[in-house]
Amino acid sequence: MLNISGLNEGIVIDHIQAGGAMKIYEYLNLEKLDCQVAIIKNARSSKMGKKDIIKIEGPLDIDLNVLGVLDHNITINIIKNNRIADKKFLELPDTVTNIIKCKNPRCITSAEQEVPHKFKLTDREKRIYRCVYCESKFKGN
Amino acid sequence: MKHLISPLDLSVRELEEILNLGQAIMKTPEKYSHVCEGKKLATLFYEPSTRTRLSFEAAMLNLGGKVLGFSSADTSSASKGESVADTIRVISSYADICAMRHPKEGAPTVAAMHSGIPVINAGDGGHNHPTQTLTDLFTIKELTGRLDNLTIGMCGDLKFGRTVHSLINAMVRYENVRFILVSPNELKIPDYLRQEVLETCNIDYIETNELEKYMPELDILYMTRVQRERFFNEEDYIRLKDSFILDAEKMKYAKKDMYVLHPLPRVNEIAAEVDNDPRAVYFKQAKFGVYVRMALIITLLGLSV
Repeated sequence: MLNISGLNEGIVIDHIQAGGAMKIYEYLNLEKLDCQVAIIKNARSSKMGKKDIIKIEGPLDIDLNVLGVLDHNITINIIKNNRIADKKFLELPDTVTNIIKCKNPRCITSAEQEVPHKFKLTDREKRIYRCVYCESKFKGN
Repeated sequence: MKHLISPLDLSVRELEEILNLGQAIMKTPEKYSHVCEGKKLATLFYEPSTRTRLSFEAAMLNLGGKVLGFSSADTSSASKGESVADTIRVISSYADICAMRHPKEGAPTVAAMHSGIPVINAGDGGHNHPTQTLTDLFTIKELTGRLDNLTIGMCGDLKFGRTVHSLINAMVRYENVRFILVSPNELKIPDYLRQEVLETCNIDYIETNELEKYMPELDILYMTRVQRERFFNEEDYIRLKDSFILDAEKMKYAKKDMYVLHPLPRVNEIAAEVDNDPRAVYFKQAKFGVYVRMALIITLLGLSV
C-alpha cells in the first residue's frame, strides 16, 4: 500500500478515470506550478474499481470547470487546515477554447494551425460539446 | 451582418421570406434584373464545382451584378499557404458578398468570423451545403405548394450524403413530415441524426431497403447516388445496387403527383428513361436553384426590392 501524506492546504482532484491523470496534469499546465503535486495512479476505489487522483499543494487560482469537459466523474475537494473546506461542483462552460482538440481529419482546424480549437456546449444534460466549425462531437470520458 | 453557413442559420420565417422572394423573382425576373447593379459577388471555390459555382454566377449576373473569383485552390493564394482568414479579409475589400466552397469542414465558419462581407457556404466537405437545401425546399414548395404534411422518401447513400442530412434537419421544423429512409444497411443515416434529430423531434420515420414497397406512400422521392467505394465488399454492391436505381418500372408504383428530386450529378441511380416522366423534376430543381440564390443574395445584401 502506497501512502501519500495529507494536505494542509490545497486541492484534491479525485475520481479521475484510471489512466487519465496525466491528461488532466497537462490540461491544467501543472508542470508550470512551483508547488508539490502528487499523481496517484490506479488507486483502489469501491465505486470505480480503479481511479487516479491528483493532489496539489497550496492555494491555487485555476479554472477547474474545464475538468468537467474532460471527465464528468471528477470531484474536487478544497482542503484547508487539513480538512475538506469545500467540495466544488464542476459547471460545464458554454464554450471552451484550445482545451480540447477536434479530431475530425476533415475539419479546417486540421489544415490551419492558427485556427483556435473551439467547442460549444450543445446539450448540457448529455454533456455534449461540438466543434464550432465542423460540429463533430467531442468524445470525453 | 448575416451569413449563411448552415441551413439552420435561417429561421422558418426568414426561410419563408427567401422562398417567397425566389418565387416572385421566378414570375417576373425582369423586375429584378438591376437590383444588384454596382455589386460584386466573389466566388471562392477551393475545389472544383460546376453547378454550384455557375448557379451562383448566373444568379448574380441575372441581378445585374458582377462576379469575380477563383475555381480551384491551385489558382488561388491558398496554394502559397494563405489562410482562409487572411483571404477573406482581403476579399472583403474587393467584393460585396462571397460564396465559398472548401474541402475542409468549417472553413466558411472561419471565413465568417473574419469577414467584412456576408459569407455564403457553397459546400464545406461533407458537412453543409445550405444553398442546395434552399433549392430542395424551394422545389418542394413550388411543386407541392407546401412544406408540411409530406411523406418524403430518401433513397441511396444516406450515411455520407450531406444534402440528405441538411434536408432532414430543415424539414423536421415543419408539421407532420414523415420520412421513408431507403438505403443499404451500410449506408443508413448516421446515429446522431437518428437520435438527436428524428427521435428528439418525435418524427415518424421508417428505415428500409425496399423502395417499391413504400413508393405509393411518397409525396417526394429524393434520390442520391450509391457509390461502389462505399461498400465493404463487391458482393454486397452487386446484390444491392439495383435496389436503389430508379427506373420506369418502379415509377409505376408512385403517385401521379409524386416528384423525384436529385441534387445532381446523377450517374446511374436514375435510369435515363425516367427523365421524360413529368414527375422527374431534377433538372427543373437546378433551375430553381438560381432563383433561390438570387433571393438569398438580395436578402444577405439587405437590398430593398
